Amino acid sequence: MVPISYYLILSGILFACGVIGFLIKRNIITIFMSIELMLNGVNLSFVAFAAQWHHLSGQVFVFFVMVVAAAEATVGLAIIIAVFRTRETLNVDQVNLLKL
Amino acid sequence: MLHLVLFLVFGAICVAGAINLLAQSHPISSALSLVVVMASLAVEYLLLGAEFVAAVQVIVYAGAVMVLFVFVIMLLNAGEEERTKGSHVALILGVPGVLAGGLLVAWVLIERSGTQTVALGALPGFPKAIGNLLFHEFLLPFEVTSILVLIAIMGAVVLASSPETKAPGKES
Repeated sequence: MVPISYYLILSGILFACGVIGFLIKRNIITIFMSIELMLNGVNLSFVAFAAQWHHLSGQVFVFFVMVVAAAEATVGLAIIIAVFRTRETLNVDQVNLLKL
Repeated sequence: MLHLVLFLVFGAICVAGAINLLAQSHPISSALSLVVVMASLAVEYLLLGAEFVAAVQVIVYAGAVMVLFVFVIMLLNAGEEERTKGSHVALILGVPGVLAGGLLVAWVLIERSGTQTVALGALPGFPKAIGNLLFHEFLLPFEVTSILVLIAIMGAVVLASSPETKAPGKES
């Protein structure tokens, strides 16, 4: 038997790591991976709450989050490729203009 | 007892992978530590009984999405990132602030729900049960996500196609 709060604390730690990575990283791909880490942390809390309330809706929600995350990753990486093609850099500090 | 040990071991691997993601400066190392995080999260899902979610986590996240990431990193030949100097105010105020906030949230969680425990495999999420819910109660969201995926595919093709290869007849 594991207290439900342990799962929530683990999910909080993962989300916090994602936020910190989003803020301190300078590589646009790593920033994107931090977003995936945040989504994973949220997914863990969904599954933990589903187990607490004995209702499967939480797990179905995780499925939807995964679908949205996959779609987001596809479009985001396509945008990264387009940015790299026009600017030849992945450093977000140098990507500071909307128009070249 | 076994449940707690497994939770702690894989939770520790999970947190170690997440911290390694932040510590590494090469994107490919970060991507591989993110794979570690996702694989150990799949084990945590299994401990909670969410078998379908664990399988999808391994197939979709650790498989498809991370392969896409590694593919893009290698396509763009991403190297070490240059560190920019952080501000001192962020270091002095931010780190204790984050620690204090995290400890407060953890304390509230343990105080409020410390007595509620979850057994090993508390809520078995078999594919049959998930499918029943997905195709009856959540049918409309499911169809909407299929449209979303279609739009994402088209958007990715449009965005990633090189600007030289314009469609015929669109030359100006």
